[in-house]
Amino acid sequence: MKKIYVNEEYCINCHLCEVYCAVAHSESKDILKAYKREKERLVPRLVVEMANPASLPVQCRQCEDPPCVEGCISGALVYDLTANIVTSNPDRCVGCWTCVASCPFGAIHPVCLDGLKFSIKCDLCFDLELEMPACVAACPNGALIYEEEQEWQ
Amino acid sequence: MLMKSMLISEFIIERNLDRCIVCRACERQCGFDAHQYDPEDDVMVSIDENCVGCQRCSYICPTNAITIRRNPTEFQPHAQWDANTIHNIMKQAETGGMLLAGMGNDRPYPIYWDHLLLNASQVTNPSIDPLREPMELRTYLGRKPDRVEIEETDGKPRLKTKLYPLVEIETPILFAAMSYGALSYNVCRSLAQAAQEFGTLFNTGEGGLHEKLYQYGDHAIVQVASGRFGVDEEYLNTGAIIEIKIGQGAKPGIGGHLPGEKVLADIARTHIYSIEDLRQLIFALKEATDYRKPISVKIAAVHNVASIASGIVHAGADIVAIDGFRGATGAAPVVIRNNVGLPIELALAAVDQRLRDEGVRNNVSLIVSGSIRNSADVIKAIALGADAVYIGTAALIAIGCHLCQKCHTGKCSWGIATQDPYKTRRVNPEIATRRLVNLLQAWSREITDTLGGMGINSIESLKGNRLHLRGVGLNQVELDILGVKHAGESL
Repeated sequence: MKKIYVNEEYCINCHLCEVYCAVAHSESKDILKAYKREKERLVPRLVVEMANPASLPVQCRQCEDPPCVEGCISGALVYDLTANIVTSNPDRCVGCWTCVASCPFGAIHPVCLDGLKFSIKCDLCFDLELEMPACVAACPNGALIYEEEQEWQ
Repeated sequence: MLMKSMLISEFIIERNLDRCIVCRACERQCGFDAHQYDPEDDVMVSIDENCVGCQRCSYICPTNAITIRRNPTEFQPHAQWDANTIHNIMKQAETGGMLLAGMGNDRPYPIYWDHLLLNASQVTNPSIDPLREPMELRTYLGRKPDRVEIEETDGKPRLKTKLYPLVEIETPILFAAMSYGALSYNVCRSLAQAAQEFGTLFNTGEGGLHEKLYQYGDHAIVQVASGRFGVDEEYLNTGAIIEIKIGQGAKPGIGGHLPGEKVLADIARTHIYSIEDLRQLIFALKEATDYRKPISVKIAAVHNVASIASGIVHAGADIVAIDGFRGATGAAPVVIRNNVGLPIELALAAVDQRLRDEGVRNNVSLIVSGSIRNSADVIKAIALGADAVYIGTAALIAIGCHLCQKCHTGKCSWGIATQDPYKTRRVNPEIATRRLVNLLQAWSREITDTLGGMGINSIESLKGNRLHLRGVGLNQVELDILGVKHAGESL
């Protein structure tokens, strides 16, 4: 199963991963249209954390035993056994944000849009028919790596 | 009293607001604070006067919204007092300091490479197809014997002559001396890795060798300069070649300009005053390394370069490296960078001829540097008499350098000429190594192809073969110094 890994030594704090994540999950999928027409709806599913000089993007680790799924009171978050990822269904989300609080990585993001509250998270761009997640493809310095999960030694 | 500067911005940052998505990547990447975010209006603001024209923002901008242009403001046209001259005077009037710059001489002196043309085979001699025939770019650096004696034992030939220490390189292109200090560790590591991968050499510069790079010692030329930074027995024995740095093309006669921001420690200087001193140092280094390593002496190309090179050969050097007046640097006074030295093409031709006249050309390898821009320059250098070339600027460009010439500030936005840990991570050694190896491979392929067209199957056969060169647009003095005939002249 492939996951996104970060080589924080080479993260350059450009935040392009955030930009391309937001665009990949936008209506238009076009960077200019997305930012001009749906800017307030653009929320990246990963966030670059910074502790000068180091920085690194934080995104969902797709835990196999996810505390967010365990904590979800509405069934919006499920572990998808076919795609091996944790998915969130905004239509079922009630905005209690238990998941936000329970994620040990801070990788689930609360959103308020059009009076609705729901959470969003990285889905590895699994239904977008991309060769690799948009953030990985966008990183100009090879700091994001999409590869098979390594067994912990 | 803080007064408004009379200097006008060198560059204008053009931001296409129809394309700008205010992602602030430009602001985060600019090493000179030329981009700022205005939260009140939610727009990006340009500070033109801070822009150095390095293009990092244009590169990183995800929507290609940024174009950097030279400031089109024009002074009253004046052949004597051009914009650059006025700008420099203004700057000095404001600061009272010497002008400093990075990289090489940027003034429009003649580029002799562009006045030399190569030959090719037609009818009377066959060209070689490098895809079908073996071609060799391999060469050996160090002193060659005057003659080779072979003896036969059990019907097999054996080399009777004892050879001097030689270092094998797979292509006649080496990475020039660029020190850890002037460049970031990641850049030094990339140069070392690329040299190892391609079978060539990198040069430590005068800053010593980082302990993590000792593993690349077989591919290192370790430099010993007047500062003796990082020189000890282990350092000397780790390198494949030891190079005594007398001078460099960007600043002949002076040296050791590391801006305070980059300097970690300084060491009292010792100077070399004569050829006798040099001979002593050469043999001290040979003793220290059991005569197992070629000793190189690097000098800047100056007026009497041929005599100086001859003296160096007679002092016992195995390699003479000559750096032309376009050689780059991490920091040099502009007045020296732009006005001192010789074009490497002329220096090389003069040195090669002098050593041949004295019958000592085989005693040394000649490495030249300071303006090698492409594979054609390499070929022309070898035809003029070089054994190999150093590339510095071209290697840095391959990694990302856009020649803004602000190395001396230590603020390099490309993460190359800086020690700022926020920026050094911009050079991912894996990517940079690949780009350097690609460059070496591309040039080597071009050299092979060009040699094939000339009907030559080995770089050694081209060495010093000036009949393969013709000059265009050169006067007789220039042709005589270069030792080439004018285009149109036959054998």
